Amino acid sequence: MKNYMKYFGMRVFYMLLTLFLIASITFFLMKLLPGTPYTNQEKLSAEQILIMNEQYGLNDPVPVQYLSYIGGLFVGDLGTSFQFDNTPVSQLLSTRVGPSLQIGFQAVVLGTFFGIVLGVISAMKQNTWIDTLSTLTAILGRSIPNFVFAVLLQLLFAVQLGWLPIALWDGGFKSSILPTLALAIAPLADSARFIRTEMVDVLGSDYVELARAKGLSRWGVAFKHGVRNALIPLITLLGPMAVALMTGSLVVENIYAIPGIGEQFVKSITTNDYPTIMGVTILYSAMLVFIILVVDILYGIIDPRIRVSSEGGN
Amino acid sequence: MSNILEVKDLNITFDTYAGKVQAIRGVSFDLKKGETLAIVGESGSGKSVTTRSIMQLLSLNANIEEGQILFNGQDLVQTSEKDMQKIRGKKIAMIFQDPMTSLNPTMTIGKQIAEPLRLHQKLNKDKAHDRALELLELVGLPDAEKRMKQYPHQFSGGQRQRVVIAIALACNPDILIADEPTTALDVTIQAQILELMKELQEKINTSIIFITHDLGVVANVADRVAVMYAGKFVEVGSVDEVFYNPQHPYTWGLLASMPTLETSNSLYAIPGTPPDLLDPPKGDAFAPRNEFAMKIDTELEPPMFKVSETHYAATWLLHEDAPAIDPPAEIKARQKLYKEKYAALHSKGGNL
Repeated sequence: MKNYMKYFGMRVFYMLLTLFLIASITFFLMKLLPGTPYTNQEKLSAEQILIMNEQYGLNDPVPVQYLSYIGGLFVGDLGTSFQFDNTPVSQLLSTRVGPSLQIGFQAVVLGTFFGIVLGVISAMKQNTWIDTLSTLTAILGRSIPNFVFAVLLQLLFAVQLGWLPIALWDGGFKSSILPTLALAIAPLADSARFIRTEMVDVLGSDYVELARAKGLSRWGVAFKHGVRNALIPLITLLGPMAVALMTGSLVVENIYAIPGIGEQFVKSITTNDYPTIMGVTILYSAMLVFIILVVDILYGIIDPRIRVSSEGGN
Repeated sequence: MSNILEVKDLNITFDTYAGKVQAIRGVSFDLKKGETLAIVGESGSGKSVTTRSIMQLLSLNANIEEGQILFNGQDLVQTSEKDMQKIRGKKIAMIFQDPMTSLNPTMTIGKQIAEPLRLHQKLNKDKAHDRALELLELVGLPDAEKRMKQYPHQFSGGQRQRVVIAIALACNPDILIADEPTTALDVTIQAQILELMKELQEKINTSIIFITHDLGVVANVADRVAVMYAGKFVEVGSVDEVFYNPQHPYTWGLLASMPTLETSNSLYAIPGTPPDLLDPPKGDAFAPRNEFAMKIDTELEPPMFKVSETHYAATWLLHEDAPAIDPPAEIKARQKLYKEKYAALHSKGGNL
């Protein structure tokens, strides 16, 4: 247990170091962006710009700006947005990140769950029409962009059937159903293909044959011995997939009028809203490194060979 | 002794892209209660396919074209998958070749041993655990209580094979099929595992079908030996008969290619390669590699000739019209030993 805590502590330290490096690199890259933070520059007098630059600290040399920004980071200050009504970036993010997180999370859970089910069935019914059908589904799901699905879903469930709102976000579950479905298609297709391949491998392994020789049925073996082993490599795929979905999808968020973070990020870049760019980048990276840590912990839970134990193995 | 298993005229083919492979071509044998039958032969001779067919665990592209597998009178070929699940692991169990890969890496050893107990004997969790613990001790793993909670990667190859044996013996099966159980282990561990199997066989009085290509192992464990070549049994007999009075030229080749303490010059190798079973040769499949082959060997398949009550061999050399030939020196020496032993035993009035 002591070893484990030490290992965990090291991991957290490296996580923070990674975040610090990402923040630094992004800061300098961002300074290379062309243009200024002022959208209606022609309407502002030179004097006004000078005052504003002074106010935002943009007249200081870049290293000084960098130090003052990093200094703010350490006390949890992400700065103030130039654009969105001078709101503090932290407040901006916290109101916007919720919907993206919720829809992304729902999409990952739904997509991978049904992807796994489809993949397992596909592997068990190898080379039958069921397998072909699920392969086809997966390829279509992977190759058609999610905004096409988004629009089709709107057409079917909102316009034709009238069951769900077309594009409305009220924070309720009902308004999250369609965007979740649209976003879930890609992870569903990915994990179905992946699990099928893994499962076919696992089903051909010696321990599956031994389990069959014990008297288990084919499906019994698939569930008790197969799935868990087939899941191990999927976890690797799952991390980045989850981050990509939870950090918001600009197009799908736009189609469903969701006040998510994707939209904000793009807007902040086009307007040189430095504090917001930094804020969103740090948030994305923090989520990514956090999920990588979660994935590593998950590995340990699912695969005993990777488990960090104080007893040690041989 | 009564027969617990009778295999009659078994024919198995595999569908492949190149065509139908005739893997098993008319195999018949029986297994008596409590005996150990070894099936020897080179890779691809059909040893494993024969045993997989008894378990009814053949791959999907395999077809049993003909034949019966009678287990206590019940034809396993005609038995439904559902009923087979009640036989596998309970009445007929199996030990596999590679202990490194035959255990589930993500399940504790205790659970894997308890699985057949819970499935067949409907034991509850605690009882299955207690019985699994007993089994682990039975197969000679110390510190069993702690070992139950561990995973396969925490065991060595020999220890894992002990676990596999514990799983196979969990329900006291009538037949234990051991498919090269010692091939993947080093020699000292091999000896331990063979010893363990013999010991346990006496304890639970199970019949064993022992597949191997290691004749040294056969001499150690078997009561009877069947020599397999190109999907057929070419010689069947007691260990003494097959080792010391072999009749089939293929058996001669196998025995001559095994080093003994007397081997001084280079080791014998059977020339040529096994036939292509996509299109098996007419006549005796071994004929092209057989220096004693006669004309009839390329035309007509030899039937099983009876050598003694327990000893049969499929070679035209045993036909009454066959010319007398001179077997290799190595084999003659064995046959001489056999005659001396046989005579000695008879003068004492004992049985072979």
